[in-house]
Amino acid sequence: MASTNFEKYKSDGSLQGNVLEWFDARFPATSMWKAHLSEYYAPKNFNFLYFFGSLAILVLVIQVVTGVFLVMHYKPDASLNASGIPVAFASVEYIMRDVPWGWLIRYMHSTGASAFFIVVYMHMYRGLIYGSYRQPRELIWIFGSLIFLCLMAEAFMGYLLPWGQMSYWGAQVIVNLFSAIPLVGEPLSTWIRGDFVIGDATLNRFFSFHVIAVPLVLIGLVAAHILALHEVGSNNPDGVEIKKKKDANGIPLDGIPFHPYYTVKDIAGVVVFLMVFSVILFFAPEGGGYFLEYNNFFPADPLKTPPHIAPVWYFTPYYSMLRAMVWPFLGLDAKFWGVVLMGAGVVIIAFLPWLDRSPVKSIRYRGPIYKGFLVAFLAAFFMLGYLGTQPPTPVGNFLCQVGSLVYFAFFLAMPWYTKIDKCQPEPERVTFK
Amino acid sequence: MSNESKVDGGRRRLIVATAAVGGVGAVSALVPFLSSMLPSERAKAAGAPVEVDVSKLEPGQMMTVEWRGKPVWIINRTEEMLQSLVKAADLLVDPKCEEPQQPEYCKNDTRSIKPNLMVVVGICTHLGCSPGQKFKTGAEEGMPPEWLGGFLCPCHGSTFDFAGRVYKNKPAPINLPVPPHTYLSDTRLVIGEEKKGA
Repeated sequence: MASTNFEKYKSDGSLQGNVLEWFDARFPATSMWKAHLSEYYAPKNFNFLYFFGSLAILVLVIQVVTGVFLVMHYKPDASLNASGIPVAFASVEYIMRDVPWGWLIRYMHSTGASAFFIVVYMHMYRGLIYGSYRQPRELIWIFGSLIFLCLMAEAFMGYLLPWGQMSYWGAQVIVNLFSAIPLVGEPLSTWIRGDFVIGDATLNRFFSFHVIAVPLVLIGLVAAHILALHEVGSNNPDGVEIKKKKDANGIPLDGIPFHPYYTVKDIAGVVVFLMVFSVILFFAPEGGGYFLEYNNFFPADPLKTPPHIAPVWYFTPYYSMLRAMVWPFLGLDAKFWGVVLMGAGVVIIAFLPWLDRSPVKSIRYRGPIYKGFLVAFLAAFFMLGYLGTQPPTPVGNFLCQVGSLVYFAFFLAMPWYTKIDKCQPEPERVTFK
Repeated sequence: MSNESKVDGGRRRLIVATAAVGGVGAVSALVPFLSSMLPSERAKAAGAPVEVDVSKLEPGQMMTVEWRGKPVWIINRTEEMLQSLVKAADLLVDPKCEEPQQPEYCKNDTRSIKPNLMVVVGICTHLGCSPGQKFKTGAEEGMPPEWLGGFLCPCHGSTFDFAGRVYKNKPAPINLPVPPHTYLSDTRLVIGEEKKGA
C-alpha cells in the first residue's frame, strides 16, 4: 500500500460524507486531489504563456473525442468503389456530406491537429525562454520532447487516412526517408509500408497506429509529463525556485494552490481559445490551404505526383532541413544526411538541459548574446517553416541551408554563448505586481 | 531488509537464469507480431507483367502505365531529345549507367532497347515522388535557360534527362530504374518480363 502524506477522509456522519470515506479508504481520491490540485502550489506569477499546457490537454481531449466518432464512419480501405473512387477517400466525403454533423466533427479533428501544434509550439517556446527545462526539470522536458515526437507520428499517420493526393505522396516521401539508412533502409521501409509501394496495407496499419497505439503512448507520456512536473514543481517567468522560500507550514511563500486559482484562470484561457478555434472551424476550416491542403481533395493517384507537394505547415521547418542537405558525405549520399539533419533537428531539443550553461534560467535575466541567438533562432525557424511550404528553388534552397545552420548553431553553440553572456542577477523571490 | 551477506548465491543465480530465459521468451514473442507487418504473400504475388500497345505513341509523346503499383513511363523520343542525351552527359551523376539501375540490355547510350522508346520507372530515387514533364528546352516551363529538357521532381527539385539519368548536385542519388521489359512485336511492349532464351 502506497503511503501518502495526506490524511484519509473522515466522514462528518452525512450520507455524502460516508460515501466519500468509504471510497477514499479504497482509492487515493483525497490524496490525489490534494497532491495535484488543491495543495499543489504553483508560482503566483504565471503569465499568459502558461495557458498552453492546459490548452494542450484540452486539444488532446478534442482530438480523442472527435476521433472516436469519426472512426464510426471512416473506412481504411484503398480499394476502389463502384464509382472508381478509393473507399477511404469516399468515406471521408461521406462523413462531410451525409453523416449528420459529420462535417463539424471532421473539421474539429482536422483543425484540432493544427491547433495542437500551435498550442504545443507555444508551450515549448514558453519552456525555452523561461528555462523550464533546467535542473531539476530535465525529465519533464524529455517527456515533453517524446510527446512532441509522438504528436508528429500521430499527425503524419492521421494525414494518410483521407487517402488524398497529399496523403499519398506525403506518406511516400516520409516512408522513403527510412530507405536512406545504409544497409537496412530498403527492407525497413518495405516493412513499414507492408508492401513495395504505399497501398492498402500501409493505410490499414497507419489507421491502427493512429487510433490505438500512438494515442495510448501519448496519453501515458502526458501522464508522466504531469507527474514529473508535480514532483519538482512548476517553473515561472522569473526562473527562480519558489520552494526555496517557504512559510512555517512548508508552503512556498510565492505559491498558490493550483485549484481554485489556476483552474479558474485556465478556464479563461479555454474560453478565449475556443473562441479563436470556433472562428477558424466555422469560417476557415481549411486554414487557407495550410490546415487542409487543396491537393488532398483529389483522391490518391499512385501514378501522378501533384506539381507541388508540401507537408502540412507544422512539419515544414523540419522538411526544409531535409531539403537543405544536398552534399554527399563520408561515402553516404545526401538523402541520408538530409534525413539525419531533419531527425537531429527534432531530437536536439531534448538535449537543451545539458546545452544551457547560463547561471540564470529566465530570459528576463539573460544577457544580450542569448537574446541575439534567440531572435536569430526564431527568425530561422519561421523562415524554414515558410520555405517548406514553397516549391524548391535555388535561392530557397540556399536560404534553407542558412536557416538550418542558424537553427543548429542556436543549440550547438549554446554551451559557449550562455557561459560568456552577461546576465543580470536573479531576484530572491518572483516579481509580482 | 536482511543483511547483504545473507544473499543465497545459488538462488540468486537461479533467479537470474529464470529471468534470462523468460526474457528470451518475451523477445521471441515479438517475432510473429513484427513479421506480420512484412508484405503478405498476396502482396508478394502481385505484380504481373503489363502489356502495352505503343503504336499510338507519337514522337515527343509520353504515356504512363501502372506496373507493381508504380508509374512506368514510355517516352517516344524525338531526334532532338536523343541529341540532348549527349549534351547532358557532362552534367550527369552517372552518364554511363555504371550503377545497376537498368537491365544489361539497356546499359547503352540511350538506356533503351529501341533507341527512341524509353521505358523507365517514374519514381524519383530520392524519396519516391513521381517527377513531372519539363520537355521544353530553356526557361519556357520555369526551368533555367540552359535546360535541355527532361523531368523535374516536384518534391525536392531533382532533375532528370530524357533517359531518366539524374543531374549532378541534386538530392536524388542515382538514375531512375529501367524495369525489365521486352517487345513482343514492333508495337507490343511487355513490362516486367524479359526475353526468354535470347
